[in-house]
Amino acid sequence: MTRGACIRASTIGLALVVQASWAHALGNIENGESLFRQCAGCHEVGEGARNRVGPQLNGIFGRTAGTIEGFRYSNAFERAGAKGLEWHAEELDVFLENPKQLVPGTRMSFRGFKDPVQRADVIAYLRQYSDSPSDLPEADATATATDHDLAPEILALEGDAEYGEYLSSECTTCHQIDGADAGIPSIVFWPETDFVVAMHAYKNKRREHPVMNMIAGRLNEEEIAALAAYFSNLEN
Amino acid sequence: MTINRRLFIGTGAAMLAAPMVRAAGHGMPRVVVVGGGAGGATAARYIAKDSDGAIDVTLIEPTRTYFTCFFSNLYLGGFKEIDDLGHTYGTLASDYGVNVVHDWAIGVDRDAKTVALAGGGRVPYDKLILSPGIDFVDGSVPGWDLSSQNAMPHAYKGGSQTELLKAQVMAMPEGGTFAMIAPPNPYRCPPGPYERISMVAYWLSQNNPTAKILVSDPKDKFSKQGLFEEGWQKYYGGMIERIGPDFGAENTSVDVAAMTIDIDGSVENVDVCNVIPAMKAGRIAELAGVTDGNWAPVNPDDMSSKVDPDIYVLGDASEQGDMPKSGFSANSQAKVCANAIRGALTDSRVFPAKFSNTCWSLISENDGVKVGANYEPADGKISSTGGFVSQKGEDAALRKATYEESEGWYAGITADMFG
Repeated sequence: MTRGACIRASTIGLALVVQASWAHALGNIENGESLFRQCAGCHEVGEGARNRVGPQLNGIFGRTAGTIEGFRYSNAFERAGAKGLEWHAEELDVFLENPKQLVPGTRMSFRGFKDPVQRADVIAYLRQYSDSPSDLPEADATATATDHDLAPEILALEGDAEYGEYLSSECTTCHQIDGADAGIPSIVFWPETDFVVAMHAYKNKRREHPVMNMIAGRLNEEEIAALAAYFSNLEN
Repeated sequence: MTINRRLFIGTGAAMLAAPMVRAAGHGMPRVVVVGGGAGGATAARYIAKDSDGAIDVTLIEPTRTYFTCFFSNLYLGGFKEIDDLGHTYGTLASDYGVNVVHDWAIGVDRDAKTVALAGGGRVPYDKLILSPGIDFVDGSVPGWDLSSQNAMPHAYKGGSQTELLKAQVMAMPEGGTFAMIAPPNPYRCPPGPYERISMVAYWLSQNNPTAKILVSDPKDKFSKQGLFEEGWQKYYGGMIERIGPDFGAENTSVDVAAMTIDIDGSVENVDVCNVIPAMKAGRIAELAGVTDGNWAPVNPDDMSSKVDPDIYVLGDASEQGDMPKSGFSANSQAKVCANAIRGALTDSRVFPAKFSNTCWSLISENDGVKVGANYEPADGKISSTGGFVSQKGEDAALRKATYEESEGWYAGITADMFG
């Protein structure tokens, strides 16, 4: 990956164990400006930016979602704001990856940037149009993506698959063990890292879903690792 | 998968791998499960599956095709066919080696540790799971008894009663009246009567829009009340009248021959009368002597009866604490119970009890809502540790997603029960 050199190993301290895809550092503002053209049909940012199809994006860092005066938000965004969603690099990263995942029901029809580097670039571009860094939490300037900021100890936990099998019985009330999706997605044979990252995102309410927030919310790190170990390596 | 696990395991080398068993001097330990619903079918499947043939599992269930009570309201609304709700036990027998006996359990000899069958004979057990669902409290609605269930269906057990109620709704005269007598607490599926009102209203609004729905309800408040009332106002304005205890609903009786309902002295002619009486544990729990009042008290760590440590009671019939009586709850309890029973009968590991429940309800087409909570043993009962409920005013996309999720759940839980 050509952007490997951008990883600031000294800052985040885990570059060697963490793949570039989940530990990118500051993005490239120039690339971000060019990527932002995909957003510019609906959103303005910079001097004189106005609300259009979407709200203007000046000062978005540190703002509570859904709170720009005079813009008519979806119910989904009103709720997200009422529940305390505040925009920082981490939240923007999750949102830009898949807007409907963080805010189900948003009117924003953009499907998301799948590439974390592109997201970092867009976030770096937007970052220019928010207040001076001194007014912001320190984390914003160097934060890595939400899905990717789990402590390496958590990702390194070896799961107890037998315990995972017992715990999995709570999952299989809804998620089918043969992977069939009849309205609730498959969770079988996920790589353990993806499973752990997703479950912690639900646990920490970075991914919005009331049932999953409830189920993941009471699982501890060992239990999430146990589930990941079990589901990643099911017998046929 | 069509391999019978027990045949597949066979003898010889597999015996080395089989867990050590602690049967009472008669070889393989025996678990008997009475009732093949969300509690019983799940428990039978998990014990058989996870013990890899080391435990002999017998499931006693009178019906050959089991019609779920959950989702039966969607059939009333026209969103499901009756066949969508029917499930059979073939896979439990063929893939998991469960011995499925289609008969009624009519008694339990706790000293001899046997279950008597209506067809004759007795089935011995080391551990007995009772998951019989509900029966009705005699006399709770004056004028109604079980012999009236054709004229005034309860439709609170899935199957022929559900079909009967649907047929009666479809046969209502133009502008006719559908009456429901809602049950007192505690009862199976707290949002169930109100989802039913929604679904009957939906069907009538499409096919008989001047019809009326009259509800006599002995409860002050009910599950998801704000969400239901918001939806009724939005979709079925003026069709539904609910009379609560402040207007004498506790003093409601019926005259089956005259097809009238009397709410605190005010008599109405009705065209359909859905009587949902007060409920109690399925009768076998009482016959086994494990009930106290209407329900069977259990220990929250493993669902074992407070009366007999070798009997476990799951689902609606149990008195366990904070969990609502629901298919989801019974399924959740069954897994905790299965893990505990395997641990008691073999050397398998026993893990701490965790329970959960979510109830989805459909208010109108693509307008689904949900309520859920987590539970754990505390203070001698199953106690809630937090939950959520859908909010009023949610947008159509979210409500549609919630409905689609409920369809996923139905597919998931029935696969979890029946294999």
